[in-house]
Amino acid sequence: MARRARYARDPLGLRRALSDRLLPGLVAAMALLAALALAGSRGAEALKDRWQAGAAAAVTVQLPPEQAVQMDQALAVLRAMPEVQSAEAVSAARMKELLRPWLGEVPALPLPAVIELRLVNAAIDPAPLANRLSETVPGAELEAHGIWVSRLAALASSVQGVALAVLALVAGVAVAVVAVATRAGIAARREAIEIFHDLGATQRDIAGRFARRIGLLAAGGALAGAALAVPALAALSSMAAPFAGGEVMPWTALPWLDLALLPPFAGIIGWATAQYSVRHWLRRLP
Amino acid sequence: MAFPCAMVRFTAVGLRYPSPTAPQGVEEGPEALADLTFTLPDGSFTWLLGASGAGKSSLLRLMHLAQLPTRGTLEVLGTTVRADRRAELPALRRRIGVVFQDFRLLPYLSAFDNVALPLRLAGRSESSARPDVTEILRWVGLAGKEASLPQQLSGGEQQRVAIARAVVTRPQLLVADEPTGNLDSHQARRLLALLTEMNRLGTTVVVATHSEELVANFPAPSLVLDAGRVVHHG
Ligand SMILES: Nc1ncnc2c1ncn2[C@@H]1O[C@H](COP(=O)(O)OP(=O)(O)O)[C@@H](O)[C@H]1O
Ligand SMILES: [Mg+2]
Repeated sequence: MARRARYARDPLGLRRALSDRLLPGLVAAMALLAALALAGSRGAEALKDRWQAGAAAAVTVQLPPEQAVQMDQALAVLRAMPEVQSAEAVSAARMKELLRPWLGEVPALPLPAVIELRLVNAAIDPAPLANRLSETVPGAELEAHGIWVSRLAALASSVQGVALAVLALVAGVAVAVVAVATRAGIAARREAIEIFHDLGATQRDIAGRFARRIGLLAAGGALAGAALAVPALAALSSMAAPFAGGEVMPWTALPWLDLALLPPFAGIIGWATAQYSVRHWLRRLP
Repeated sequence: MAFPCAMVRFTAVGLRYPSPTAPQGVEEGPEALADLTFTLPDGSFTWLLGASGAGKSSLLRLMHLAQLPTRGTLEVLGTTVRADRRAELPALRRRIGVVFQDFRLLPYLSAFDNVALPLRLAGRSESSARPDVTEILRWVGLAGKEASLPQQLSGGEQQRVAIARAVVTRPQLLVADEPTGNLDSHQARRLLALLTEMNRLGTTVVVATHSEELVANFPAPSLVLDAGRVVHHG
């Protein structure tokens, strides 16, 4: 009786025709790739946002404390340069605010005078600006890490683009793999499909049986792939955390929503591809 | 019924199988069936006779809509069969019972599940299907063999499973392609009694055979084919 109940739910014998090894294994591997690409894309996006904010003051100029009186002159020289979009002095109060985390309250400390520069674009080499400035204000130093930060932000954008392209490719390969698996399943059950057809099964019935089985296998494979991705991503994100803001919180930093969406998405790809493949094949029967 | 309506009506029907070497869609070679024009009235019993290769199986495949004619008009169960209205065909097929010449049982399903399949495809609930399947298996003498797989059954037993599957839905049209081929003469007569009983209850029955003994025992109108053409009907 137990066997009868089992077969009753699978009269096309798809449990054996569509193995629960190969397709889920392949989909798991692709889901793992997709998870890595998604996490790469999300991570690159976070770094880009962070870095773009940090690059707001792309270049800072420091005047040594004894040259602080030259501030107006330095501003005039800088504002006259065509590469400079804007130059603003950072007030002493804001300097103290910025330095407090590192230096604490040290009222007597002589602070350098600092100017924030915005350049016309991030590709400009800041070294000649520094040379020209130090002719007028000896000892002025130009700090250009912001330029590197904005270049990194551009790099992060490209990484994000590549990650999304990888994602699209993985989805395309998934469709192809499911189509091949479906065709193998049809070939293995050709007789049975023809018998079903002659006994009055509709296309919808036959295609639905394949699609449900393949959708489940794909979703299961993607679940396994997403689960495998969790430890890998946790390790990656704890290594990347210092670049993205310092705090190491791998568990909250993981793209949980993306990971959770992978199985249903793979299931839908499997279901839809199987529906199409079977209906296409059935067109040869009257 | 003074004017029984037609269960099956062939009008100038021809069937040409596609040649395996020709490109798809191109039908070549001689017609397996040509110029078939006849009517089987509702509730009739008809023998389909003819030598091997005469086209009996092909004609039955047309009748149960496993094949569409390449020309002419085919009307089954009051519906004109049209290639451009394929969506209508599955529902028609479910009202037709078929005993295939080569049984066509699903090898991985038990006798019970093979017989239950048409009911399940028709969406019948498990609880209403179960007694019907059990009864029909008893009717064909296979009580106790419900759980057997086809490979565990003899040829004659497999044939009876195929017959049970064809009649379990109480179809309006029953076509049987040499259903007694694997049965001894006692079993064959028992089967024929079963088919005539279904016919008496209102099912239109068409049986292809080349057993003259059987036809002699159960006299009925016959349709005789030779080389794809009807040479006698009545
Ligand atoms: N699937 C098929 N493809 C091509 N030719 C076929 C096919 N089925 C039957 N035929 C041909 O149609 C003719 C009639 O065959 P069939 O209907 O099986 O005759 P019968 O059942 O009377 O023995 C034969 O010449 C056979 O070769
Ligand atoms: Mg035949």
